[in-house]
Amino acid sequence: MSTILKTNALESEAIYIFREVVAQFENPVLLFSGGKDSITLVRLAQKAFYPAKIPFPLLHVDTGHNFPETIEFRDKLVEELGLNLIVRHVQDAIDEGKVTEETGKYSSRNMLQTTTLLDAIEEFKFDACIGGARRDEEKARAKERIFSVRDDFGQWDEKNQRPELFDLLNGKIEIGQNVRVFPISNWTELDVWSYIEKEKIEIPSIYFSHKRKTFVRDGLIWSASKYVYREEDEEVLERIVRFRTVGDMTCTAAVESEADTIARIVSEIKTSTISERGARIDDKRSEAAMEKRKQQGYF
Amino acid sequence: MEVLKIATAGSVDDGKSTLIGRLLYDTKSLTDDKLEAIERNSKKKGYDYLDFSLATDGLVAEREQGITIDVAHIYFSTRKKSYIIADTPGHVEYTRNMVTGASQAQASIILIDARKGVIEQTYRHFFINNLLRVKHVIVAVNKMDLVDYDQSVFENIKTDFEKLNAQSSYAEQEVTFIPISALKGDNVAQKSDTMPWFKGESVLDYLEALKPGQEEQTAARFPVQTVIRPKQDEFHDYRGYAGKIYGSSLKVGDAVTVLPSLTSSKIKTIEFFDQKYDEAVAGSSVTITLEDDINITRGDVLVKSDEVPQSSKSLTAAVCWMDGKALVPGAKYEIQHNTNRILAKIDSVESVIATDYSGEDSSKNQLTLNEIGKVNFKLSKNLFYDTYADNKAGGSFILIDTQSNTTAGVGFIG
Repeated sequence: MSTILKTNALESEAIYIFREVVAQFENPVLLFSGGKDSITLVRLAQKAFYPAKIPFPLLHVDTGHNFPETIEFRDKLVEELGLNLIVRHVQDAIDEGKVTEETGKYSSRNMLQTTTLLDAIEEFKFDACIGGARRDEEKARAKERIFSVRDDFGQWDEKNQRPELFDLLNGKIEIGQNVRVFPISNWTELDVWSYIEKEKIEIPSIYFSHKRKTFVRDGLIWSASKYVYREEDEEVLERIVRFRTVGDMTCTAAVESEADTIARIVSEIKTSTISERGARIDDKRSEAAMEKRKQQGYF
Repeated sequence: MEVLKIATAGSVDDGKSTLIGRLLYDTKSLTDDKLEAIERNSKKKGYDYLDFSLATDGLVAEREQGITIDVAHIYFSTRKKSYIIADTPGHVEYTRNMVTGASQAQASIILIDARKGVIEQTYRHFFINNLLRVKHVIVAVNKMDLVDYDQSVFENIKTDFEKLNAQSSYAEQEVTFIPISALKGDNVAQKSDTMPWFKGESVLDYLEALKPGQEEQTAARFPVQTVIRPKQDEFHDYRGYAGKIYGSSLKVGDAVTVLPSLTSSKIKTIEFFDQKYDEAVAGSSVTITLEDDINITRGDVLVKSDEVPQSSKSLTAAVCWMDGKALVPGAKYEIQHNTNRILAKIDSVESVIATDYSGEDSSKNQLTLNEIGKVNFKLSKNLFYDTYADNKAGGSFILIDTQSNTTAGVGFIG
């Protein structure tokens, strides 16, 4: 019997983009956060170049405030696939006096990551940084191109983006510029989860329902941790929670959930009335929080 | 799941954002927190209705001015399909963004305000849909609630529009007229009983029935993106050509010719990750190996040996200009055609084409930002190409400014 490849349009598009990156750039890197989107990127990259190995390194910008489960998972994945992992620490930029640690109730190292990222781009002369951002996440991201040119300050010129037509991606840049590449731009949260389910991709345990010491602030469930500032009257309780999105501890809120398998997560998301970034503390700073961070070089 | 890409064009006043908001709302694709944010910001601006454009206009400058500047991508899904809407601006100064949005689209929605009828902007939207050969066009006559759901208003607009359609450069285009009220939800996701005289489908029902994957089969084209050479003992002599298939399927055993070298071989394997297939359909990103060991690099194209396209060192194309610096004869640009890049020189600008169907102006010898014109090119090398009407992938290209590196224009080979 003849076998016909039935294409998954989104998967095919992402693989096409990965191959364009490798063909058009000298020194690409995959920005790896340990979250489900970047894990999905790793699987897609594997498929794009098989039977060859993934032809670029992974870069993790470590805030030092990660969930330990994410780091464990990262190291296991890197070892299993024989990947080249580069880690750069926000702590180093703080120690060097390049950035100052935020203080107070909402302090987070989320904003500080940008400096470490830009330093790493300069250090390794990366010309393309592949990220797992999706257009459905947030309205400023909905405006983002697949190949998004940044100047040597990492800035996004949102009002003057390069037109992108058909599949014709233009990655030509000047020295010092770099391009942010988003292979899963057109995927929704549900697309990612459905893909993880279909492909049986392993993900860190914090995505599944578990018991965790937490407290509630502004209607969001925060992790009780030495990294997260907590007022005395913010009471810590053990709750059954999971994470829908994984940044570091200071910017990612949990959701109450009993979903302990991928299938249950998929059905939970299908019926959810809250968006994924509804649990991102970093987006709540203002209506234009994401656009502002992107202009400054955030991914 | 099947993915359908749609482009919408129009200004805020046409109710474009309201239509998109309505589609999201009625397919339950708007989550509570996003809806609350829209409510909060609408109230803050003192509106007494929900302004869905606050959800789609993602940039500060857009929300300030109440206009759409750049393409936004919006996602919703039904049980049948995933939809991606490229929401593009309607103003003439953003024509390039409209072209960008339409270049990805399998279907397009043109909005007309029932009170205003066919206006200059409608001409331009339709013209671009002709030029880009978007197969399905829905002409949504909006704000029917404001004209008492009057059939004659709808029919008059339809008659006006059909006069435009008679001048279309794309006779096979399927144009469908639907009277709607985006605000009230009439004929958007559900058929409305306010207009019993309308026998057609709602906008969503129409989109649900489309099967874009099964139409527009053209000659197969396989532009090579990169060559995969694992350099591992297990795959010692492996040489796979990575790319995406356009036009129609490729099968193992197909006799193929490599462009531009014109060497021939047969497809030995079609691979996707660790699986091998006998056949792969258009749209698949695969890796192909050939029976013979021939020299192939990025930019080369595999075609079926009985479907070799024409080649030439010059070509004529309709160009939509997207750069602030005008296109003038003598200027050199890099043409990106599939995965290939070659230098090209502007020979002449034959004419500037009016986007309102009023004809061509051959008195100007340049193209400025957002203009569309017929341009003759001289190429530094022989290029194999299709006409855009025959084959979208083989008949389109972008022009890259060799100094600024920006994408300065797009060409449709005539």
